Amino acid sequence: MDLFDILLEPLSYDFMVRAIITTALAAIVCAVLSCWLVLIGWSLMGDAVSHAVLPGVVLAYIVGAPFALGALVFALIAVTLIGVVRNTSRVKEDAAIGIVFTSLFALGLVLISVTPSQTDLNHIIFGNLLGVSIPDLIQVLVLGVVAFAILILKRRDLTLYAFDPTHAHAIGLSPKRLGALLLGLLALTSVVALQTVGVVLVVAMLIIPGATAYLLTDRFSRMLVIAPVVSAVCSIAGIYLSYYLDTASGAMVVLTQGAIFAVVYLFSPRQGLIGTRLAKARRRKAVALAA
Amino acid sequence: MSRQPAILVENVTVHYGEVLALDAASLSLDTARICGLIGMNGSGKSTLFKVIMGMIKPDAGRVLINGQSPAKARKEGGIGYVPQSEDVDWQFPLSVRDVVMMGRYGHQGFTRRPSKADRAAVDLALDRVELSEFANRQIGQLSGGQKKRAFVARGIAQGATMMLLDEPFAGVDKRSEATITRLLRELASDGCTILISTHDLHALPQLCDEAVLLMRKVLMHGPPEVVLQPEHLAMAFGLDVLNRDLPARDVPDLDVGPVLDVGPERRLSKQQDWS
Repeated sequence: MDLFDILLEPLSYDFMVRAIITTALAAIVCAVLSCWLVLIGWSLMGDAVSHAVLPGVVLAYIVGAPFALGALVFALIAVTLIGVVRNTSRVKEDAAIGIVFTSLFALGLVLISVTPSQTDLNHIIFGNLLGVSIPDLIQVLVLGVVAFAILILKRRDLTLYAFDPTHAHAIGLSPKRLGALLLGLLALTSVVALQTVGVVLVVAMLIIPGATAYLLTDRFSRMLVIAPVVSAVCSIAGIYLSYYLDTASGAMVVLTQGAIFAVVYLFSPRQGLIGTRLAKARRRKAVALAA
Repeated sequence: MSRQPAILVENVTVHYGEVLALDAASLSLDTARICGLIGMNGSGKSTLFKVIMGMIKPDAGRVLINGQSPAKARKEGGIGYVPQSEDVDWQFPLSVRDVVMMGRYGHQGFTRRPSKADRAAVDLALDRVELSEFANRQIGQLSGGQKKRAFVARGIAQGATMMLLDEPFAGVDKRSEATITRLLRELASDGCTILISTHDLHALPQLCDEAVLLMRKVLMHGPPEVVLQPEHLAMAFGLDVLNRDLPARDVPDLDVGPVLDVGPERRLSKQQDWS
């Protein structure tokens, strides 16, 4: 079997084609958003929001509303609660985040356990890449395109917010509104990625691509290209691997992204561990020779 | 209409919870003047900046920028801000040009797509602060003084008529300090009003037209050589303030005990130890 067959064989199944399209789309949107998250230091916030949307998604399912609406409401509730706990008690922010998102996630699990037709909802937790239906695909497509378009159109404002919110304020923009926009997009993107890798692993797609790109370039505009490309390639590779190794598909996608991060971490020309160690050793040698 | 002060702060009081940060502080600064804001950490310098920029609403009192509200002044793009070094993420993947371009965002449309005029303004600003050759460097790969100049360039590209600089001389070598001083003097002669917060007193006499001593309220406002007299500084910093690095002409022949070369915050704790 040559490479061509290896690549083509899975595509003869419709469910694999849908899986690949959904994953690539989710991977791209998450990766673009992750560029800001890793620079602001919101990785934990990404983790929190992506978990905290679970009860919202379940409730939306129960009443027949769009998932995205429920997710947005609970993302907002989560962020508000985190702020309240942090500002009105001696508990620090990381603890406040941990308390709020685990509690809301647990609430989501409880709601799932009392909701009939559990199979559908359990997929939200671990993802159900191979069971993506046509309506699922359309929902991911619509939400993903909306989130992606807003992120790209407002990229300069969001970068300004991440880099220097005080300047944003000084020139008449509202850092509060920009922060809220980013959180809203985070909630929306979480819903997109739930479909593919599930709540538990969404955070990987929201952090790893941005962090990988950050190790590869000194230009934010390039991060916005590298992150989604790397993420999409990793995700599709992950699906192929899971197909041939017969492993869990969502987990395989994340594992591939983690592996690529490890490679970049070690071998990135300027920021990589090995490159910087070698440069250090060369400098030492030069100094020793000069002395 | 009578001439408006560029910055007018009237009886501004600010609390952070129980802590009183500014206590009926008043300050009036005329257009095209350079004013040094002196006070130790916790004296309310940053709070006063935030009030002037409208980031904090005062509990009492009011602020007017050229006779109008800070919100209106911000919308018009008149307020430039140069942050303290420690408030900036120097690893952020932006080039010097990217940062200066952020000064133009207030002039641009929904997506902040730079026009020809924006690019020209950025080139001009970079040229003015002598950073053109470093335009494509990542922002963290500049020296301390160049970093400050990059942010001043952002204010220039913005077309700010008023610039607030937070500790611009921290971590800056003597030569860069002189360059920045010259640059700020040029801007002031073009009509820009400049307010500088600092606890580094050496640069003040050459740089500033006036100085303000802040200790939750404005203790003194006058020419730098008067404000910098040790007996006046003592009001804001404590007793052992006499700093041997001050220009000699500003230091009168007074025996004020041991000369300590410590930062203002240390002076505070020392003073507290005595009480």
